[in-house]
This record gives sequence, C-alpha cells and structure tokens, in this order.
Amino acid sequence: MSNGAIEVRDLTKQFGDFTAVKDVSFVAPEGAITAILGPSGSGKSTVLRMIAGLERPSAGRIWIAGEESTYSSTQERRVGMVFQHYALFRHMTVAQNVAFGLAVRKESKAKQRARVDDLLHLVQLTPFATRYPDQLSGGQRQRVALARALAPAPKVLLLDEPFGALDARVRHDLRRWLDEIHRELGITSLLVTHDQEEALELAHQVIVMHEGRVEQAGSTQAIYNEPATPFVASFVGAANVIRGLVIQGRVQFGEQQLEGAMHLSEGAAAHAYIRPHDVLISSTNGAGGVAGTVERINDLGWISKVHLTLPDGQEVTAHVPNDRLVEVDVGGSVWVDLRNAKVFAPEGPQNALSDELAIA
Amino acid sequence: MVTSTAAMRSEVRRSRLARSGLIALALGYVALLLVAPVVGIVWSVIRGGIAEIGTTFARSDVIHAFYLTAIVAVQAVVITTVFGVIVAWVLARDRFAGRSIMNAVVELPLAVSPVIVGLMAVLLFGRGGWFEPFLAARGIQVIFAVPSMVLVTTFICIPFVIREVAPVLREIGTNEEDAARTLGASGFQTFVRVTLPNIRWGLLYGIALATARALGEIGAVLIVSGAIQGQTETATLYVLRALEERQEPSGFVVALALAAVSVAILGAIEIFKRNRERKEKTG
Repeated sequence: MSNGAIEVRDLTKQFGDFTAVKDVSFVAPEGAITAILGPSGSGKSTVLRMIAGLERPSAGRIWIAGEESTYSSTQERRVGMVFQHYALFRHMTVAQNVAFGLAVRKESKAKQRARVDDLLHLVQLTPFATRYPDQLSGGQRQRVALARALAPAPKVLLLDEPFGALDARVRHDLRRWLDEIHRELGITSLLVTHDQEEALELAHQVIVMHEGRVEQAGSTQAIYNEPATPFVASFVGAANVIRGLVIQGRVQFGEQQLEGAMHLSEGAAAHAYIRPHDVLISSTNGAGGVAGTVERINDLGWISKVHLTLPDGQEVTAHVPNDRLVEVDVGGSVWVDLRNAKVFAPEGPQNALSDELAIA
Repeated sequence: MVTSTAAMRSEVRRSRLARSGLIALALGYVALLLVAPVVGIVWSVIRGGIAEIGTTFARSDVIHAFYLTAIVAVQAVVITTVFGVIVAWVLARDRFAGRSIMNAVVELPLAVSPVIVGLMAVLLFGRGGWFEPFLAARGIQVIFAVPSMVLVTTFICIPFVIREVAPVLREIGTNEEDAARTLGASGFQTFVRVTLPNIRWGLLYGIALATARALGEIGAVLIVSGAIQGQTETATLYVLRALEERQEPSGFVVALALAAVSVAILGAIEIFKRNRERKEKTG
C-alpha cells in the first residue's frame, strides 16, 4: 500500500440496534481526491468520523498512510478535517484558529506565525487575520477551516460535506478553488458529499454508499457510464426508468423493445435506466424509433426538459439542447430514440425513494 | 366603514390603556416588594447615625462573622463550581439510564426548605447520626463547626451552576470539540482551550448566582452551626442575633453591607448575562 493512502477494511458501525455502516472496504489512493457519495443517512459521514477517530468502529480496520490506526486516538492520527458547519472556534480570531493545531503541539511562536501567514495567503484571507468567525461569510469561514485543518501538516485531509451549508454560487467557486489547492498540495483527500455533481467534478475516484454499504467504487466515468446497481444508475445523474419483461435478451415494453438484457433470464421483469440526454427526439423515424406524445416542455434557457408518454403509457423525460429542439409541440407526436439503456432486475420491493430519484 | 374605524380606534385606545395599567401594576409590585426594603434599610442606617457604621465594624464578633461568611461562601462556591461543571457536562453530553432522573434531582435544593437541609445534615453527622461514629473516632467535628456549614451551603448552591452551564453545553454542541481533537488537542487541552471559553459567560453567571445564594444563606446554617457567637456565627446569623438582642442599629449596618454585596453581584450578573446573550446572538 502506498504511503499517503487511506484504507478501510470491513468497517462496521452499530448504534444500538441500528447498523449505520456495514462491511465497508475501500482504498483512497495517495495524492488523489476520493469522494464518498450517498444520500443522507447512507453512513458516509460515519465512515469519515471513524477514520478521524471521532467514532469507534464496531468492527473492521483502518490504515492511514500505511499505518494501522484502528485503535489510535484522534490526536495520534494526524488527520485534517473540515466540517459542514465550519466548527471554527468562535472565541478565537482567524489567525488563532489557524494556529490552534500548532499551539496544542507546542510549536514555537515564530513557527506558528510563519505557518499561519503562509496558510492565510494560500486561502487568500491574509487581511482577515484578526477578524472573528462571526464577522466572515460562510465561504470565508470554510476557507479558514481548511487553512486550520492544513496547518499541522496532516497526513490526509477529510472533508465532511464541506460545501453543504453554502449557497449555490459560493459552492461552485469554492469547489473550483479546492480543486486548485489540491493540485498545489497533492494531499490525499477523502470528500463526503451527497452532491453527485460535486463528486464527479472534484474526485478522481468515487465510492457510492447506500444504506451503510458500498454500492460501487470506481472512476467517475465508470460510476456514471457503467453503473453497477440500479441505485447507482438512479442516484448518480438523473435516469428514466422503463419497466418491461426480458424477451430474447431484450426488454419488451408494450410493442417496443430495448437492447441490453442478455444478462437476465427469459421472461424475468427488467428495469431499463436511460439518461435524459440519451433520449433523442426527431420528427422522422430513424432506426428503432418509438412513437411518443409530448406532454409538457420546461424550457431552462439552454436546454428543454421534454416530458413524453410512450405507446404503452410509460413516461420518459428527454433533455434536449434548445438549438436542437425542432418542431416539438405539446400534444404532438415525435419519434423517440432510447440509447445506452442499462438494464437491471428490479430490486426486491421497489421503494419509493429510488422511483422518485429516477424521475429527475 | 366610518363606524367600524371609530370602533377600531376605541379598541386601540382601550388596549393601550390596558397596557399602561399592566406596566403600572408591575412597577408598583417591584417597588413595593424589592425597592422599599432596600430604601428601608438605608434609611434605618442613616437614622441610627453614620457613627454606628464605624462602631459596628470595629466589633470583633462582626468582623469574625463576615470572615466566616466569606470562608464558607468561597469553599461552597468552589466545590459547587467544579462539580457543577462536571455534572452539567455529563447531563449535556452523555446518554445513560437515569439521566432524566438526575436532571430532576439536581434541582431538588431549589424545592427543599433550607431548614430541612440543615436537619438532614444533623441527622447524618450529628449525635447518633450515620457518619458520627466514623468522624468522632477520628476527632473530626462536623456539626457546630465550619465543615457542616460548608456542606449545607454547597448543597443549596448545587443547581445554580448546573442550570446555567448544561443548556449552554447542549447548545454549542460537539463540533468545535471534535475539530480541536482532529487538530491534535488532548481532552484536557480541548476543555481548557475550547469548551471553557465557550461556556464562560454562562459559568460566571451561575457562579454569581451561587455566590449570592451562599452569602445570604441562613436557615440551614442556623441549624447546623448552632450560631455560637464569635465561632460559628455568620453575617446573616449576626443580623438575626442583633435583632433578637435589641441591637437594631448594628444589625441594620451588617444587613446593609450584605445588601451592598448582593447589589454588586447583581451588577456582575447583569454584565455576564448581557455578554452571554450577545454571544448567543452572534455565535
């Protein structure tokens, strides 16, 4: 195992009767940003807190930078952590906050001052050194929190929904800025988020968690293009779901068929997941087109969401760039081409959540 | 339309009248019950002659009474502060069976008459009490001595620090403490550098309340101390004796001195409270 990496094996956490995390194993490679992506309650923050030593695992082992840390104290682990709600020390100035990790390790005053100066420069907050946290905006506070986490030169950086409490624009800016800082420092980072866009944009590696387990781990491309489970297909990026039966390796729905069900047995129920941008609309029938009726159009300025009903009554949504949106009227008929369908056997009893997520 | 506007206007007038009436009632009540006695004491001292102040504070039994009050109050407040913070911490941060019972029990001293507290102490430590043989064998005098006075005063002061600190601890949560630990702080460093500064105004407020209560305590102390003149007589007990022995002027002087200390503490409490509220608003 490489030196700066984080590895967890069979990590489990029980809170009383409730299992928050179950048999989670992964490696976050050295020098990269790895995202743990999942809805709230999926156990992703609990995994991070166990790595930080803030929660004790019920079972499993943890290595940080090649060293087994399962039983080490938080103090010994030397991790830098950034929290969703900043967790700045409200009675200390920005400079005192950043210096905290050095002060508790009894570094010399001169060394503290030099390091604080460097870090405030890095996060572009030098003029704010003597301010208190309540005099800063949310984005500035989170930058202070990052500087504070980096000050004692941690082995790894843990980010727990770092942009969760910020509004959309600040979130975008900070995301790009974090990316830049990471390029500069190259510190192994583990980012917990429920925002799939954030995970796909920042991370090199994504671990999708659901109900305490790892659903899929892989590169961002693999997660998006080759989802391993229906949950990943619906949670990472929007997806339409078409329900049908497997006939000769295809999904049959009404009179229509879709490719891609070779792995399922004949006659079984099947769910086909199709990205809205893989739903193509045209006025003429190409190969394999399906007739559809336009129910509703939401124009978002640069794309339109076109809600369609297929001949058997199922609904799909197409995302069409406005410059390619031709001759579509509400109530009119169009030809619909459904591409890149990912077909799965339905998961047990269909739960309301995944249905809801599917139609985004 | 016209009539309804007129009706509304008279409605407004009536409610304004009702509000003024309530304010007057509240002011009258406070003036009668709180301000009048203070004015009364000050007036009594002045009427008794300013010279009385000098002679009173020259009396050895008065000096000793104040000294004893200070000794008892300081010890009781220190104990109640240390343990109050620990109990508040446990109540705010830990989940355990019996937590809600503990939460209720710590407020017991507010509900129990101090006289009963004194009586309980006598039953435990007095002649024939549970702990008396153990203590007597070691020559430790508890009842009719300072230890029992500190004990009952501490008991009465228990709720003040806990009631002020526990809600603050609950409200600030554990985020900052978690952050401190990931930054390499030990448990002790986390408490001193992060937790304590966050609870300081609530804590000072609680300490001020406990101090005021400790200085003014008489019922429980009267029972356990025996009020032996020049030995176990506190300032409040001196006032009681002065009134009984028809030495009202010196009693008034001591009472005024106690009241002055209380007013000073009240001022401190207001400052602490204001600081704490400001913290809550901005934090």
